[in-house]
This record gives sequence, C-alpha cells and structure tokens, in this order.
Amino acid sequence: MSKENPTALERFIWGIIPENPIFRQVLGTCPALAVSTDIKAALTMTCATAFVLICANTIISLIRHLLKPHLRIVVFVLTIASFVTIVDYLLAAFYYSMSLQLGPYVPLIIVNCIIICRCEVCASKQSVGVAISDAIGQSLGFGLALVSMASFREILGSGTWCGFRIMPDSWPNWVLMLLPPGAFFVFGFLIGAVNWFTSLKKNKSS
Amino acid sequence: MKKEHPLFLCIKNSYLGQSWLVILLSIFFGFTLSGVQAFLQEKIDTNKSNQSMRIVPTLVPGAVTGKSVTVGDLTVYEALNQNNKRAGWVIPARGQGFADKIEILIGLTPDASSLSGLSVLNQKETPGLGSRITESSWLSQFIGKGTTDSLTPTKNPVPSKNEIRAITGATISSFSICQIVNENVKKFRAELRKQQADP
Repeated sequence: MSKENPTALERFIWGIIPENPIFRQVLGTCPALAVSTDIKAALTMTCATAFVLICANTIISLIRHLLKPHLRIVVFVLTIASFVTIVDYLLAAFYYSMSLQLGPYVPLIIVNCIIICRCEVCASKQSVGVAISDAIGQSLGFGLALVSMASFREILGSGTWCGFRIMPDSWPNWVLMLLPPGAFFVFGFLIGAVNWFTSLKKNKSS
Repeated sequence: MKKEHPLFLCIKNSYLGQSWLVILLSIFFGFTLSGVQAFLQEKIDTNKSNQSMRIVPTLVPGAVTGKSVTVGDLTVYEALNQNNKRAGWVIPARGQGFADKIEILIGLTPDASSLSGLSVLNQKETPGLGSRITESSWLSQFIGKGTTDSLTPTKNPVPSKNEIRAITGATISSFSICQIVNENVKKFRAELRKQQADP
C-alpha cells in the first residue's frame, strides 16, 4: 500500500478497513478509549472529527503549493485548531448536553493525530478531490472503530444499545466495561480480531 | 541552475517572505472565529442559563425553581420554594483554575450566612486529578460552611471549621475553588447588605 499517488477511490476504501485509523494505524486512540462508553457520544465524536478532518484536508490541499516544508506543521495546527473551535461552539449551541458530556475531548480533537497525519500524508501532496475522499474514508473508518467499541462497551456495561435495553433485566451490568480498563480490553480484542481476519485473508490468497 | 536575483532572494529569506502564509491564515481564521462566536454566543449563553436553572433546586434545599434577579450590579438567581418565597440564592461565579477558567454555581441560604451547595458548571482541569473538583463527595464538604470567614484549603485529613480538604495532586484546583467562592460570596454579601440598607 505504498503507491506514490493513490486515486480518490483507493484513498476512500483504504480509510475504512485496510488503513483504518484506529485498528490498523493505531492513531487517535485517546478519543477512541475515552468517548466509546455509549453510542451517542461515539457518533457525536465521529461527526465532530469528520467535520474537522474534511475541512482541514480541503484547506490544506488548496494551499499545498504555498506550504513551506519547515512551517507546514504550524499551518496544519492553525487550521485544525480553528475548525475544532468552530465545532466546539456549534456543539455548545445546538447540543449542549452532549457538549457537557464530551467535556475536554472536543477541544482535544486538535491533538488527534489522525487529522495531522492525513494532512501530512495526503492533503499536502494531492488534489482537493482526493483529499476530501480520503477524509471521508478515514472518518468512516474512525466512526466504524468508535461505534464497534462503543457497542461492546455499552451492551456489556449498561445492557443497552443506543439507549434501548437489549440485554435481559437480569443482566449484571459490567461496570468495568465503562471504566478505562474496559476500554483497553475491548480495544485490544478488536485490534486482535481485525489482525486475525487480515492474516486469514492473506493466507487464503497466497 | 537559474540564478535568482539577489533582491528576490532577500525577500524570500526575510521574516515576512517565510511566514506570510501563517500570518494571512491567522488573520483569516481569527475573523472566521470571531464571526462564529458573534453568531452563536447568544445561544450558548441561553443554554448555559437554562442549565443553571435546572441545577438551582439541587443547590438550595427546598427550592423548586429559580429566577434571574439583579442585586446591586450582580446578576444572580433567586431560588424559590413551592410558595414562591425565597429559599436561598445561587450565584454564578468564575475564576482562574489550574488550566483554564472554572465556572461554578454557589448556593447560599436566604440570609447568605452559609453555603448550601456548590456545583461546577465548566472546567478544563487535569483529567483524573483537578477534574475531581466536580465530584459531589468533594463538593459536599462546602455545604454548611459559614460565609463570614474565608475558606482555606488544607492537607489536614480532619479540616477545621473554615478549612476545605484539598484534593491530592490538585492543590491549585482546590485552592482556586476556595478563592472563587470567597471572592464572589464576599462581593454578593456586600451588595446584598447595601440593598437591604437602602431598598
């Protein structure tokens, strides 16, 4: 997967599973571990990150010819921080309860390495179209990872999925799953599962 | 290789020649952000005050609702009980914490002589250490403290009358909360006294 200039479609598909930001690149694990306690938080986080990622990739791709190599990180961070602030304001204005629940994790999108990585790897080298499809693909991959982790944690930890009760009432809620150790357990198992799956596929094809 | 004109090189290597993009982007994003803020701030403030209204009854025993009133030049909430009588006061207050501004609500008895509750609205303290100021088990020790003397944080496991047990690893956050409470309660009491003396 080290082709010089991948096409928009390749970028899009790679983002979802083959180069999934959480399970394959193991980037942006801070939000993945912290806000995967329930589906709603995970989805909100995904939307916020997707907005920042798409906007930042677009802007960086537009100005990629003007970037100076030694000042590029400053420009990336400046762009990302501005969009994160916008998202923070939007959430506080239109979804206040979620804004309170996510707390510092929305401003922390600034240091989410998925975004700076995509700016560096794709947007600063390729055209706007490719950069946008890359951003959408990576966001979907990020969302997929967050939602799958949140599903496990919410179902095992509180017996609900997206707020609806699905486990029998006698289910003893595994509170551990909602606490940090639960996040690491689920994270480890899912990375393992994805890797196992990929190696199965590889063995078959070879 | 094409030789570049010395003047061109001089401009290119100058401070502005290197950083003009960063400067332009900063200005552009600065204006964008102020636009966003101007557009959304009002709505965010409404959300905040709605949120505060919901918290008011939990800070003052017996209160069922709250009403925004002005005492002197302070805007506070008057907590009302079932019969629409004053059950206490809730003062919104903010001050510098360890990382960023901390916003709290302070519940007071009707005569503002002691604290009846405390709640943290907004904080960005260190997660796991300073962020423990939001825990009700810590905040509950403020309940019943008198307001005539200043509160001070202490590391003593058994705090005395005007002492608050500081959180381990978060001395500054604990100190900030005490400071915010002291300052704002003092200011409010002064305004209240002025109003009562000269209605």
